[in-house]
Amino acid sequence: MIGIKLPVSADEIRKLKVGDEVSITGVMVTARDAAHKYLVETNGEDVRDLLKGSMIYHCGPVVKKGDNGKYSFVAAGPTTSIREEPYEAKVFEKYDVRAAIGKGGMGADTLAACGKFGSVYLSAIGGIATTLAQSVVEVLDVKKLEEFGVPEAFWVIRVEDFPAIVTMDSHGNSLHDEILEKSRGEYEKLVG
Amino acid sequence: MEHEKLTAHFLELIRRASTSLPPDVVEALRRGIENEEPGSTAASTLGLLLENSQKAKEAETPICQDTGALYFFIEYGPDYRQSQLIEAIEAATAEATARYYLRPNAVDSITGKNSGNNLGAGAPNFQFTERDENGLRVKLLLKGGGSENVCAQYKLPDGRLKAGRDLDGVRKCVVDAVFQAQGKGCSPGIMGVGIGGNRDSSYGVAKKQLLRDLGDVNVDPELADLEKRLMSELNLLGIGPMGLGGKTTVIGVKAGQLHRLPACFFVSIAYLCWAARKAFMTLDGEEVAYDWD
Repeated sequence: MIGIKLPVSADEIRKLKVGDEVSITGVMVTARDAAHKYLVETNGEDVRDLLKGSMIYHCGPVVKKGDNGKYSFVAAGPTTSIREEPYEAKVFEKYDVRAAIGKGGMGADTLAACGKFGSVYLSAIGGIATTLAQSVVEVLDVKKLEEFGVPEAFWVIRVEDFPAIVTMDSHGNSLHDEILEKSRGEYEKLVG
Repeated sequence: MEHEKLTAHFLELIRRASTSLPPDVVEALRRGIENEEPGSTAASTLGLLLENSQKAKEAETPICQDTGALYFFIEYGPDYRQSQLIEAIEAATAEATARYYLRPNAVDSITGKNSGNNLGAGAPNFQFTERDENGLRVKLLLKGGGSENVCAQYKLPDGRLKAGRDLDGVRKCVVDAVFQAQGKGCSPGIMGVGIGGNRDSSYGVAKKQLLRDLGDVNVDPELADLEKRLMSELNLLGIGPMGLGGKTTVIGVKAGQLHRLPACFFVSIAYLCWAARKAFMTLDGEEVAYDWD
């Protein structure tokens, strides 16, 4: 298990290889469909400083508002990342983001951006929402809550020992492509 | 039954569905661990799924933050009316959202506005069946967006798959759907297969299969053979838990059929993620019973 403290440098991230298990501590931001569209179409003033050297978590959490008005995450597993494929490379470039964390993997544009900018794609386990919510120790802020709604808003969170696996690295390797190619052989036999 | 009591029973049904995994699914995931190499990513991933389910049950929090769309399949006797049931279910759904058993998951397709309480046009989904005996039998399925996005519908014959209008053609469609989905539907998944029908009823019968117990055997011997064959073939694909590789790609294949038009032969695959959240309830007079804890 490799510990990563946020913010992190591109040099540190370039040391990571597909298959490495990482444990992340620091401040990151959730973003999914509406948020990615916004990041690409605007200057993202609300979150620009937060994203620099940090990570984006593809997650639409269940969030509880306590009696003191403070938010906390109840359930917070990853969402399917491929929906952000049209945006992610631009987001990495424009906001100096070191990783996207999600599930299912991403495509060629994101993989190329990982190499170009010194970023990675990390897989979190889909559906282990209660477990991962326990790694989110504090909700620091939320942006665009009214406009985007709970699942789609930017949640600024402090995580401790958040577990993930490197499945796309900055050296052109993707575990998702590897599994796809391996399964293709068997698939062709079965479909014939 | 009076509105408040009925609403409370539906709320409890939703809580159970969202926060605890049915025993047949737990059993299937355990068997998956036994089949994987000890110490592999696949084995540890399956272990994490079970560990999370246990934590969710204890904390009464959702197994997955995508608490999905709600599908209510309801058989009702003469002592109930549909309007009364809809009213109670809508109240229970809004309350379940307020208690964080459900994420606000109903978005207006035109304005993009989230309704905030899981109610809206077509939300929740209802399917009613009338029956002669008094009482109520309710089956609830929560189905998330990741798995919904990888559902697929085919029209036979299919030139690309060299799939004809027969059960072998159906088999090829299911193999293709699972291959295309890779890990994106949160494998290991459960495949509901709808054979025949029209565009929508084909998906309808596919989704209904997802309510079946994973250990049951299809009453139709030909479909039973197809299910068994697909179970072993799909697990040869090597996609594994969450698409990270392994022997456990599916934990169930369940097929159903409908008559079709001579000109049409649809095959629909309803992909359900491993977090197969279902809960069943029976109401008999004032007595309520849930199928499992």
